[in-house]
Amino acid sequence: MTDETDVLGQLEAIQAAGMQALEAVQNEKDLQAWRVAHLGRSAPVMQVFSIMGKLPKEERAQVGQRANAAKGALEAAAQQREAALREASLRQSLQSERLDVTMPGRAFARGRLHIVTQTLREVVRILGNLGFQVYRSPEVESDEMNFQLLNIPPHHPARDMQDTFHTTTPGVLLRTHTSPGQIHAMREYAPDPVRVILPGMVYRYEQVSARSETQFNQIELLAVGKNITLGDLKGTLTEFARQLYGSSARTRLRPSYFPFTEPSGEMDVECFMCGGKGCQICKQAGWLEIGGCGMVHPVVLQNGGYDPKVYSGFAAGMGLERIALLRHRIEDIRNFWADDVRFLEQF
Amino acid sequence: MNIPLSWLKDYVDIDMPLEDLAGVLTMLGLEVDSVRLVGLPGPAHDEHGFKFTGISWDREKIVVAQIDEVMPHPNADRLTLCKLQDGQREHIVLTGAPNLYEFKGQGPLPKPLKVAYAKEGATIYDGHQAGQVLTTLKRAKIRGVESYSMVASEKELGISEEHEGIIILPDDAPTGMPLADYMGDAVFEISITPNMIRNASVLGVAREVAAATGKPLRKPQASIAPTGEPVDGKAAIEIRTPELNPRFVLGLVRGVEARPSPYWVQTRLRLAGMRPINSIVDATNYVMLELGQPLHAFDYDLLVQRAGGAAPTIITRTVAPGEVLTTLDGVERKLDDFTVVVADTAGSLSIAGVMGGLESEVTPATRTILLEGASWNFINIRKTSAAQKLNSEAAYRFARGVHPALAEDGVRLCLDRIAAWSGGEIAPGLVDNYPLPANDPVVTISEADVRRALGITIPAAQIAELLERLEFRCEVQGESVTAHTPPIRLDIGEGVTGQADLIEEVARLYGYNNVPATLMADGLPQQHRNRVVDAEEELRDVLAQLGLMEAITHRQTTPEREARALPLSVAPQEVPYVRLLNPISADRTVMRRSLLVSALEVLERNARLRERLAFFEIGPVFLPDPEQTLPAEPQHLAIALTGLRLESHWDRPVKENYDFYDLKGILEEAMTGLHLTDVRVTPAEHPSFHPGKCAYLLVDGRVAGVFGEIHPLVKERFAFGPAPVLAAELDLNVVLPLVQERFRVAPVPAFPPVLEDIAVIVDEDLPAGRLEEVIRQAGGKMLAGLRLFDVFRGPQIGEGKKSMAYGLTYQSSERTLTDADAAQIRQRIIRRLEQDLEAKLRS
Repeated sequence: MTDETDVLGQLEAIQAAGMQALEAVQNEKDLQAWRVAHLGRSAPVMQVFSIMGKLPKEERAQVGQRANAAKGALEAAAQQREAALREASLRQSLQSERLDVTMPGRAFARGRLHIVTQTLREVVRILGNLGFQVYRSPEVESDEMNFQLLNIPPHHPARDMQDTFHTTTPGVLLRTHTSPGQIHAMREYAPDPVRVILPGMVYRYEQVSARSETQFNQIELLAVGKNITLGDLKGTLTEFARQLYGSSARTRLRPSYFPFTEPSGEMDVECFMCGGKGCQICKQAGWLEIGGCGMVHPVVLQNGGYDPKVYSGFAAGMGLERIALLRHRIEDIRNFWADDVRFLEQF
Repeated sequence: MNIPLSWLKDYVDIDMPLEDLAGVLTMLGLEVDSVRLVGLPGPAHDEHGFKFTGISWDREKIVVAQIDEVMPHPNADRLTLCKLQDGQREHIVLTGAPNLYEFKGQGPLPKPLKVAYAKEGATIYDGHQAGQVLTTLKRAKIRGVESYSMVASEKELGISEEHEGIIILPDDAPTGMPLADYMGDAVFEISITPNMIRNASVLGVAREVAAATGKPLRKPQASIAPTGEPVDGKAAIEIRTPELNPRFVLGLVRGVEARPSPYWVQTRLRLAGMRPINSIVDATNYVMLELGQPLHAFDYDLLVQRAGGAAPTIITRTVAPGEVLTTLDGVERKLDDFTVVVADTAGSLSIAGVMGGLESEVTPATRTILLEGASWNFINIRKTSAAQKLNSEAAYRFARGVHPALAEDGVRLCLDRIAAWSGGEIAPGLVDNYPLPANDPVVTISEADVRRALGITIPAAQIAELLERLEFRCEVQGESVTAHTPPIRLDIGEGVTGQADLIEEVARLYGYNNVPATLMADGLPQQHRNRVVDAEEELRDVLAQLGLMEAITHRQTTPEREARALPLSVAPQEVPYVRLLNPISADRTVMRRSLLVSALEVLERNARLRERLAFFEIGPVFLPDPEQTLPAEPQHLAIALTGLRLESHWDRPVKENYDFYDLKGILEEAMTGLHLTDVRVTPAEHPSFHPGKCAYLLVDGRVAGVFGEIHPLVKERFAFGPAPVLAAELDLNVVLPLVQERFRVAPVPAFPPVLEDIAVIVDEDLPAGRLEEVIRQAGGKMLAGLRLFDVFRGPQIGEGKKSMAYGLTYQSSERTLTDADAAQIRQRIIRRLEQDLEAKLRS
């Protein structure tokens, strides 16, 4: 029979031995073994509980208390140890997974839309908001559509303004502008009012250079109705220029000449690079030409099926590549159709 | 058209800065491309809106000076030393100017020579360098003589390219005056639109400036009184085709002497871009630039001689067959039958309105001038000028239309200029043949017409006032104005055209910038949405999402380039092309029929630039139709792939090339992206493609196009890399109309699916498509998904067999499927496979 102090002393030693053994535990597996040895059914501290019944009644409380405390202390220490071990092990595994974040990322094969497509979409979006919708017409045209119905009879001096690719079929040519689309659209919709965008490739017989190409895209707009005025043309183009070049872009409309419009004009926008001071982009002029325009000529209205005494209209056209050239400071127009990946992948 | 400011000021007062004048001209539709300074100071402020070029002469450092004596240089024969007075002090100035040699060593000159003197520190152009290079005069020793200043040539002052000698100014040039004040100028370089050919003249531009500023126009007047025998009877005119030659006017000057024109005349001609010749030719050019009427001077005595001593008869006619003429430029020209010549009884003298003949040219010996002023049919002159490839100043004007009234004005003024600059007497009267008088339109417009076009109300009286500034004669009646076109222009039409012409003139003078900007008052018209265009844009987006780069190529090619899509051994079919009559180069003679070759050419061009290449292009091809004048222009899509499927990367050791199934996957996904569901692929044969790796794409049962791996014999015709090349060409006119604006979305399944795999052994030849078809049929609507995940061949399954492993997804929209349900479907599938395809389940 042991006395009380004896049991208490043993508990002291059991706890101390457990704590000491825990010190040596370095991994989860050892910790598991330690648990079995020091907190398991046959562990010394548990043995004390099993002899409790044999102790004198008055000692039981104190011994029980002390035994619980020892067990609790060992459990707490084990938990603490476990947490420490986990943290160490996580730290180690994270450490070993460390990457060199400066190594190159994996290239992703992103597709691209051609800059002309992107520019066209932006222009179509802006004009779409103003109520204009895309209308397409052929690229190989008759002389009649491309010239005569647009008030440019054979041998008209205005033909000098557009050097033409002719085909071997007499009277058939590559359209020199998108304006024949005006006749197509009017003839389709007359006598209803018209608001269309006429985009597409046009062709000019010009030697290819950094500044000129044999094919380029024009985008034209046509509005026909009973109340359409030169003021409306100015307003529409001003709104267009603001949306394309920024809300503060100043514009001016100055007289010009096209056989299929009268009065005719040329719309300029203040150079967005220099703000009008003059720079390389605007060739020191402070203004950039954005396109030709005017009130649809009465003869053209007639050819489209509208009575010029009742209807009026405006038309405006611009070069799509020129917009892209200016905005991205592309110096050579030949880039557009050369399809060099080193150009295309920049967009 | 180059307009010197000093000349313009002869006809209208101008007191505004240069940049403001450029602005006024531009806003009149006389677009100023640039302003070339010839001595005058440039604009004071930066934001002037015009391009200025040229040189300003420093008022202190470049002045009028006088040379009092020309002395030899002690050490150089070709140099002289000038004793020069600049108004402040005397200088010794060294020069090599050849036009001073004649004065060398004569001692003090009886009459000092007036020159343009540039002092030390003056900035001028370097006369010894090509083009215009600025230089600043510095002190230097030349052959032992100190030099710090110079007497200047025209080139050095930016007046012309002339550097043969120094400028000798008129005797009355005031010594010491800043040269910029004495003769500083600015040249306005103006683009003349075809409707404004009347303004290809200094007076024309002056008229516009006067109209815009409200200043009076001073028209040039002849001042020398004719004397002696009248011209009547000295020459006759016979016009054979009045439609081609509505008017012909002749005048006569006797006793002339061709000599250098006065310096100011030469300077003006040079500034306007013409070369001075002699005082007679210069007078014709000067008046052409002044009024816009080209003129031609004949040697009268030569014409008399050709007429056998009689008074010559000038005949205008179309040419006789085989007629040739040697023009002033020394070229013997074969003339087309529509060409009009000015001739006499002995033969042709000049190509009417285009260029004079060499034989009847004015020479230094010419004493009597017969001066021609005529008007010609502009279309005929255009044709002639184009056919002869001859672009003279005269042809430029006549080809755009010169009013017949100017023929008379021009002759009168030019006779006066000839007499003034070349001596001689003007014979009284003119010989004038005017068989087809011009019809100057009378047009009525109302306030309402103007309002309808411009959106603003301008009172009739103001409309009339604006038009009168341009010399229209106007009558106002209520709200209408009847305007009589002045006899100086041919650009005003009749009827509605004439009204539009007048409205434009009103708008120009009212000022485009005074028309307020408005937005269209009418409601939106019926919207015509272009569904096919929208679908095309959707397709572009899908293809870009799939990693393809969009290309846009030249649509002009050659049949030979397109034939590269075939093996050399396959003869190209005779197909019709849209052929160009005037191709720009030998490799662009027709419009393309194929987009496939364009795409292959893009791959070829980029072959060495990237290890992975994937392009698409959408655009028209041009297919002539014998039944139609114009070709069909269907939109096509081409895709071309080659090289690595995935770009190489430092931890991607396996490099795999694009193959057939990549292209097929792209096409299938593109169609799925357009929400097209009935898409099938069947084996195809096409000479461009590998016979075993070629297929048709069918959409809604119609062949949309062909795709596959490019045939090795085609591949070797291009400079491609070693990897296979995959390509497709689809006719989007088949595909895009099928794209629906709205598509249905299936509900997200509410019940869990049952997943299972089966592997079946079938004959090697059995197409996967057939296998899949049977599984789908047998699976019925419960079979929601079917995916081939493995193909196995090997001895375990026997020769000529393959094992195809599929993942199946069973799904019901109504309930959770039980194991029994799944087993039932599975049994059904296996049974059908065994029955229809003799497949065996692989255990």
